[in-house]
Amino acid sequence: MNRSPLHDIHVQLGARMVEFAGWLMPLMYRSIVDEHNVTRTSCSAFDVSHMGRLKITGDDAFSLLQRLCTRNLDGMEPGVCRYTHICRADGGILDDVIVSRYDGHWGIVCNASNRDKIVGWVRKHAQGRRAELEDQTIATAMIALQGPHAVERTRALLPVDLSGVKRYRFTSGVYMMTAYSIFRSGYTGEDGYEIVVPAGVVKMVASRLLGPAGEPDQGIKPAGLGARDTLRLEAAMPLYGHELHEGVDSLSAGQGWCVDLDKDFIGADPMRSLKESGLKQTLVGLELDGRRTARHRYRVRSGQRDVGEITSGCLSPTLGRSIAMAYVGVNDAEEGTELTVDFNGKPNPARVVKLPFYRRP
Amino acid sequence: MSIPSDRKYAESHEWVMVEGDVATMGITQYAADELTDITYVELPQVGTAVNAEAPCGEIESVKATSEFLSAVDGNVVEVNEALADHPEYINEDAFGKGWMIKIKLTDRGALGGLMDAAAYERHIADG
Repeated sequence: MNRSPLHDIHVQLGARMVEFAGWLMPLMYRSIVDEHNVTRTSCSAFDVSHMGRLKITGDDAFSLLQRLCTRNLDGMEPGVCRYTHICRADGGILDDVIVSRYDGHWGIVCNASNRDKIVGWVRKHAQGRRAELEDQTIATAMIALQGPHAVERTRALLPVDLSGVKRYRFTSGVYMMTAYSIFRSGYTGEDGYEIVVPAGVVKMVASRLLGPAGEPDQGIKPAGLGARDTLRLEAAMPLYGHELHEGVDSLSAGQGWCVDLDKDFIGADPMRSLKESGLKQTLVGLELDGRRTARHRYRVRSGQRDVGEITSGCLSPTLGRSIAMAYVGVNDAEEGTELTVDFNGKPNPARVVKLPFYRRP
Repeated sequence: MSIPSDRKYAESHEWVMVEGDVATMGITQYAADELTDITYVELPQVGTAVNAEAPCGEIESVKATSEFLSAVDGNVVEVNEALADHPEYINEDAFGKGWMIKIKLTDRGALGGLMDAAAYERHIADG
């Protein structure tokens, strides 16, 4: 099992650790709901060192990534990053990743659960091209700072000028012999940064962000993977293994905005056909009556008719209502459609609502 | 963690306090902490017959949905109605205002298989 270089700090902070995609990571420190609310109202620090960090070098790095990514990477200047999918030839989603363009190379941040698969996939398609992949996951660490106060707090706590870094931009450099990349991105629906530094110095960076010992009010509170999941769900950001998997394509997953069908990429043909013939199923948001939580794989019905399956659900801490995402047939996907979610034989009324459930003010 | 000595405990982390022929039941603070923030409880209706070690309800938390097992045999005579609006009472005070159901015992046999506070403390220490 992999341990984050911040493991000792998590234990000191009283985190409950859980296994996630082969990593021992903090589920929570105080309470998932409290950590969620702090992120929505102030700022939280998340250790996301388990995510894969890959470096792609070589003259053909761009053409390789253009071939692998659903999104058009044309025109990306150094300092720009973009969300994209990487798909199989049949359109099935292998992973959702952030691709970033550095001055002399490219970066990919992928899901921990898919890292081996993506490393293998990129290397396979790099054969015959002047492109090489270096897996920097273990050598580096990553911290996400998220919340309405994240930008201001991070700028005050770190000795790096972040004033020019807009959304989906990043800056990289070296500070006192420490190479860093700081991205204006995240997975919570809030503004903020994601910081990548060498594993050997991340404890020092974390201490700086969390505040001096004995003065935690000066710093940013930590939050775990539990809150990260409820935050991303309110923001309707898909999670690999739930909304996204190899059995579904990017269009049916409601992520057509990151697919450029005018470009040649692996998986484009089946998606073009699907667009022409029309989608069969699509990802929707549901709001349930009552307080019950719809879990992954619960069935969705229209009367007696089975129309789909829940992918994620929670009692939204921000909205105080039960929310879920689900795949349903396109004829039952219109906003306002009345459906039910099956809880062990008991139908719980639900209706299709617009996504995202939460948008930052 | 302080474990009250005025009641008995099941391996599956329910507590039982018997007064006369009525047993009050809930889950332990350890179980509530493990589940994390509880968001909903599905309890049996008054009059339902329950059996020791068999599911009689469900507990939903931010993290997961779990079964709630009865620790005794009997019939439900009262449920904690306050939990419908305040499931967080279980997290806040699992041994007090977070009680879940009261059961009129039909057979006291299952009580013999329950642990006292000291044995339960060893049980959770052993994981």
